[in-house]
Amino acid sequence: MRPFEMWEPSEVAQAVALLDSAHLAPGSRAPRLLAGGQDLLGELKDDLARPAALINLKGIAGLDEIEEVASGGQSPHALRIGSLVTLARIADNATLQERYPLLCAAAVSVGSPQIRSQATLGGNLCQRPRCIYYRNAAALCLKKGGRECFAEGGVNRHNAILGGGPSWIVHPSDLAPALVALDASVELTSPTGTRELSLADFFTLPADGDVLRENRLGPQEMITSLTLPAGGGMTGAMTEKATGGRSGDVRQVYMKFRERESFDFALVSVSMRVRVVDDRIRAARLVLGGVAPIPWRCLGAERLLADKPLEPQSFAAAAQVALAAAEPLEQNAYKVPLATTLIMRAGAALTAETR
Amino acid sequence: MEVLSLKVNGDTRCLAAAPQATLLEVLREELGLTGCKQGCDKGDCGACTVLLDGQPVLACLTLAALVQGREITTIEGLAPAHRRRCAESPCASKQDKLHPVQDAFDEAGALQCGFCQSGMILSATALLQRDDDPKRETIREALSGNLCRCTGYTQIIEAVERASDEHAGREHRPRAWEQPATEPAGEGES
Ligand SMILES: Cc1cc2nc3c(=O)[nH]c(=O)nc-3n(C[C@@H](O)[C@@H](O)[C@H](O)COP(=O)(O)OP(=O)(O)OC[C@H]3O[C@@H](n4cnc5c(N)ncnc54)[C@H](O)[C@@H]3O)c2cc1C
Ligand code: FES
Ligand code: FES
Repeated sequence: MRPFEMWEPSEVAQAVALLDSAHLAPGSRAPRLLAGGQDLLGELKDDLARPAALINLKGIAGLDEIEEVASGGQSPHALRIGSLVTLARIADNATLQERYPLLCAAAVSVGSPQIRSQATLGGNLCQRPRCIYYRNAAALCLKKGGRECFAEGGVNRHNAILGGGPSWIVHPSDLAPALVALDASVELTSPTGTRELSLADFFTLPADGDVLRENRLGPQEMITSLTLPAGGGMTGAMTEKATGGRSGDVRQVYMKFRERESFDFALVSVSMRVRVVDDRIRAARLVLGGVAPIPWRCLGAERLLADKPLEPQSFAAAAQVALAAAEPLEQNAYKVPLATTLIMRAGAALTAETR
Repeated sequence: MEVLSLKVNGDTRCLAAAPQATLLEVLREELGLTGCKQGCDKGDCGACTVLLDGQPVLACLTLAALVQGREITTIEGLAPAHRRRCAESPCASKQDKLHPVQDAFDEAGALQCGFCQSGMILSATALLQRDDDPKRETIREALSGNLCRCTGYTQIIEAVERASDEHAGREHRPRAWEQPATEPAGEGES
């Protein structure tokens, strides 16, 4: 690794103030936030970034808590997870296991036990792409300020089949699709205060946002926490009348397909959640990972699932709708049947759950 | 260069290191603790596994400057810590030379070239701290971040079972080559 300084803020306000490039000596490069370092150190070793300094977030108190937040009588309460909470803790937390098994399953699927003991939630959401061209310092690709996405006409087995272009990366995070399926929102803090965004709106497609980045973080902004909504979310699509006032039961599942069994990034992952009343699906969330530059929410499939019977055929139809817009590159068409199958397996798992 | 003070295997060690020095570099090059191996240097192999406050982490993806004040355990520290515990315990029946997990790896023949072994043993030790009777599936999961390029996984998993049996005073499960001829050797699990 090239030399850098280590800056040690003790408060969030100091950390984001340090992101101001005015602190830098002329000609030096922008500092980077450091959480668990499980992605950033790899980037630095591969010489993909040359920051003048790292801003160590781990000395900031209060960013590593999992807490209930009072939410106006709604039950269960909303749950806030600090950005520095490690993936090992998310996987092991009893409240999360009970209410959001989908999230715990996604967390356990990340890397190895060693990586999960240091990797954090904030770092997981902000990790950089794994595309082989991006990770190769010698390839000046679109993502690194070059003019071409080499994956488009090159080695693209692992690249996007949905939402791709002009860059064809896939978002590597396992937690991002799971949290989008849970209707999570993200709290961002900058020197001018905090703002809250739905996590789905946090991520940006290369065609919509800045092709150099995967999200809407401002230049002096960081993630401070994630919130899972009170009442479990997913209420929008339901009417009191249709369900006779009953909220039904919520079922959720995370499934990930990877090349290697021990640990690996997702070729495709499925985060699925349904609210069921009298064996009918009343509301659904379906988010795919590993297929697009952002966690890919399948709105059409979600609409189709709402008010369908809880049975395998419903999910087969939803899978067709979800993948209808897929535009595979030369080597990654296998992801279409893979995602289709994984959606059907997830649906079968939810159908088989006995209550 | 900065002066770092690291707690390694129970001792406080002071040394000079640059902010970008990884724990792996410092352990091997400054402290001579070469039991911590450098395989890939990017998180893929687990050969550099050490325990940080009892949890397995990758020394190659850890900055030395940021783990000051925390308990770092390398493979070199396991046996001495075990001998200290034995000496303190009034009912110690034997003062083993090695940590029981190390003994179990030895007895189960759980190594070929040995490159992965320090990492494997440290991951296994951390597992047995929190679960003294792990199922095969749990052992596999706990060791999933440690790659063995000689692919001796069967004996490695048996070694962990052996260590847990030994600790609990249970009879050892038969090893692959001790199993009756009717069962396919080495394929005891599904
Ligand atoms: C071998 C290996 C296997 C892996 N497998 C998987 C996998 O299967 N699934 C998966 O999802 N990931 C995987 N990862 C990626 C892993 O690094 C991330 O999952 C991890 O969560 C990153 O978190 P961190 O705290 O270590 O982040 P860091 O490395 O500290 O930071 C990552 C990025 O996020 C930025 N950042 C950190 N915190 C914040 C914040 N609060 N606000 C804004 N920006 C921030 C940093 O500046 C940096 O750019 C793997 C990594 C390795 C090395
Ligand atoms: S050397 Fe650290 S994981 Fe391979
Ligand atoms: S024994 Fe050779 S790498 Fe495991």
